[in-house]
Amino acid sequence: MSMDRRLLLADEAIAQGALDAGLSGAYAYPGTPSTEILEYIQRQAPAGVHCEWSANEKTAVEEALGMAYAGKRALVAMKHVGLNVAADPFVNSAITGVNGGLVVVAADDPSMHSSQNEQDSRFYADFALLPAIEPSSQQEAYATTRYAFDLSEKMRVPVLLRLTTRLAHSRADVTVDAPRAQNALALPDDPRQFVLLPANARRNYAALLAKQPALRQAAENSDFNALTDGPDQSVGIIACGLAINYVREACDGAPSPHPMLKIVQYPLPEHLLRRLAEKCRTLLVIEDGMPFVESRLRGVLPHGWTIRGRLDGTLPYAGELTPESVARALGKPAAAVRAASALVVPRPPGLCAACPHMDSFLFIKEAMAEHPGGRVFSDIGCYALGALPPLEAIASCVDMGASITMAKGAADAGLRPSVAVIGDSTFTHSGMTGLLDAVYEKAPITLLILDNGTTGMTGGQTSLGAGRLEAIVRGLGVEPKHLRVLAPLKKNHAANLKALREELAYQGVSVILSQRECIQTAKKRSGKHFHAI
Amino acid sequence: MRYDMIIAGVGGQGILSIATVIGHAVLDRGWRLKQSEVHGMAQRGGAVETHLRIADGEIASDLVPQGRASLILALEPLEALRYLPWLAADGRVVANLATVENMAHYPDSGEIYAELRQLPGCLLFDAVELARLNGSARAVNMAVLGAAASCLPLPVPALEAAISAQFQRKGGAVVKGNLAVFRAAHALAEANAHN
Repeated sequence: MSMDRRLLLADEAIAQGALDAGLSGAYAYPGTPSTEILEYIQRQAPAGVHCEWSANEKTAVEEALGMAYAGKRALVAMKHVGLNVAADPFVNSAITGVNGGLVVVAADDPSMHSSQNEQDSRFYADFALLPAIEPSSQQEAYATTRYAFDLSEKMRVPVLLRLTTRLAHSRADVTVDAPRAQNALALPDDPRQFVLLPANARRNYAALLAKQPALRQAAENSDFNALTDGPDQSVGIIACGLAINYVREACDGAPSPHPMLKIVQYPLPEHLLRRLAEKCRTLLVIEDGMPFVESRLRGVLPHGWTIRGRLDGTLPYAGELTPESVARALGKPAAAVRAASALVVPRPPGLCAACPHMDSFLFIKEAMAEHPGGRVFSDIGCYALGALPPLEAIASCVDMGASITMAKGAADAGLRPSVAVIGDSTFTHSGMTGLLDAVYEKAPITLLILDNGTTGMTGGQTSLGAGRLEAIVRGLGVEPKHLRVLAPLKKNHAANLKALREELAYQGVSVILSQRECIQTAKKRSGKHFHAI
Repeated sequence: MRYDMIIAGVGGQGILSIATVIGHAVLDRGWRLKQSEVHGMAQRGGAVETHLRIADGEIASDLVPQGRASLILALEPLEALRYLPWLAADGRVVANLATVENMAHYPDSGEIYAELRQLPGCLLFDAVELARLNGSARAVNMAVLGAAASCLPLPVPALEAAISAQFQRKGGAVVKGNLAVFRAAHALAEANAHN
C-alpha cells in the first residue's frame, strides 16, 4: 500500500483532514453516523491533541469554543440531533466569532437509519449566518476539512461541515497531504469579543452581518462549487454534496448532457445559480436531506422558471437519495431489475443475548403488569429496543433525557405510576437536570438508570458517569432511602421485583440504579469476540 | 474494470472484515474502491449490508445501483434473498446456508434454499460446518469469502495476503486458521464449478 493513499470512511477522512490541518483539540459525544470521527482521532492523534469524549454535544461545542478562544484549532463532531442540544453555543459562537479555527461537524441521517428525524443541518448554518460545507466524496471530505479551518480563521467565524450517513459510512481511497503545525496559544486582541452583553452582542452581530457578502463571495469562487455546461438545456441540474455522484452514475461515466451546478460550499452561491438559470428554464434540484436549496431557489428566481425537486415530488420528500431515485428524476429509463423475493421479511435489531437490559426489563414488565394504568417512558440507547416484541415495555423514546422529564410531566398530569428508564451515558448527557426538576418538586416518579458502564449503542465509548452515578444521584438531592442499587441478574429477579414494587408505591422521587456491564464491552475486555474480526 | 458487489448478513456476523480484506487487496493493486457500510442500531442483530464497488478508475455512487451487482456474498441465506433486486442478470450468489432465526416468523428454510438454487451459478453451502471442520469455527466469514474467491476480479494470492495482513495482530495461529478456512472453501467452490 502506498504511503499517502488510505482507505477511509468519510468520517475518518474528516478526522485525518483535521489532524493534518494542525488540530489541537477534538470534542464529541458519540452518535451515529458521526462517532467514527473522534474514534479515529483517538487512534491517530499525536500526544497532546485533546480527544476525550464530552458529556454531551453542548459541552463539546463550548469546550471547542474555549480552545478556539485560546487561538488553537478545534473540531466538534456530532450527529444532526446533537446540534439541537448544542444549538445554544453554536448559534452564539457565530456572534462571538472565533480566534483559532473552529469546525463543527454535523452528520445528518436521512432515511433515519439510526435516528429520530431527518433534520438537515444546513438550515442551522443558514439560521446562524455561518458558512456550511458539504463534501461530495471521501477525498473532498479530507480537502474541505482542511479548507474549513483556513476559512474559519480567515473570516473569524465557525464553519459547519455537513455530511449524510451514506458518505459518513462509506469508505474510499483518500490521498493525504503534508500536515500543518498546530497554532500557538494566542488570546483574542479584543477583550469584549466573547462577552455577549447586549451592547457587545449588537456590535458583534453587525460585524457578522457585514461579513456575509465576503462569505457569499467565498462560496461563489469556491474551488469546490462548479458550474459546468452541457448541450441539453431542457433542464439544468443543481447537485448538492454527494448528489453529484448519483448524477454521474446515471450518466454512466459520460459527462452530464445538461448544464449542471455542483454545490459544496454555502451560503448559497446565488450568482452561479442565476447563471445556470439564464441557460435553463427548468431546474432540477438534487440534495440529500431536506429541500434546502430548492426552497431558497423559489425565492431567488422570478416567475417563469420551473423548479423541480423534492417539493414537487420529482424526488421523494423523505428519505435519502438513491441511484434509482436520481436516475428516475433525470428521466433515465428504469433498468430491468429482479423482483424482490416474496419470502423476505424484515429483520429488526434486538438486544444482544445476555444483555443486562433484558433482565432489567423482565422485572420492570412484571411490576408494571400490576399497574395497567401506569407507563414507562424511555430514552435514546440500546434499551429503546425494549419497544419491540417480545418486550413491548416502553411508551416513549423521543430525545436524550426525555424519559425523566416526560415521566415527571405525566406524573404532574396525574399518571401513576410514572416510570422513567434511561441509560447511564444518556443520564449524564441530559438526564441530570431533569432529575433535579423532579427532586425540587418531589414529583412521584420512579427512575431506573440502566447502568451498563458504557455508551453501548454506538459501540462502547466512555461513559463519563461510570463509578460516580450514586454520588451524582445523591448530590442532586434524591433521598438516600429511595436510592437503590441492584444487579440485573436472573438469580436476583425476585429481589429486584420486590425493590421496584416498593419504590412504585412511594409518592416521591425514587431512583433504582440497575448495574451490570454491557455484554459487548465485557466480551471485548476478555478478548472473546463473537467472530474473528 | 468495474466490479460491484453486495455483502450481506446479520449484525455481528463479520461482514465488515470481508470488506476490509477485499479493500486491502484492491488498494494494493492500485485500484479504486467505494464501500458503503451499515453502522449503528442495525449492528445489534439486524439485517446489515455493505455495498462494495471496485474499479480501475473513478467510482461515482457509493451505493450499487439495482440490477448491477456481479455478486451477492451472504453469510445468511435469507439475507442473500433480501438483495436480489441488486443482482445483475448474469450476477452470482455465494451464500452460507446456515440460518440465523432471531426474529418471529422466519420463513421456511427449504423455500429459501429452493429460491436461491433457481439462480444460475448459485453456490449455497454450510460455511459454519466448513469453518468448524477446518479448525476455526469463528471464521465463517472467511469461508464465504473463500467460496466466492474465483468470482472476484482479484487473484487468490492477493486475497490471501490481505487476510494475513488483516489478522496479523491477532497472532500466527489466527492467521493460519483463517487462511485454512478460506482455502478449503475456495477448493470446495472450484470442485463445485468443475462438476
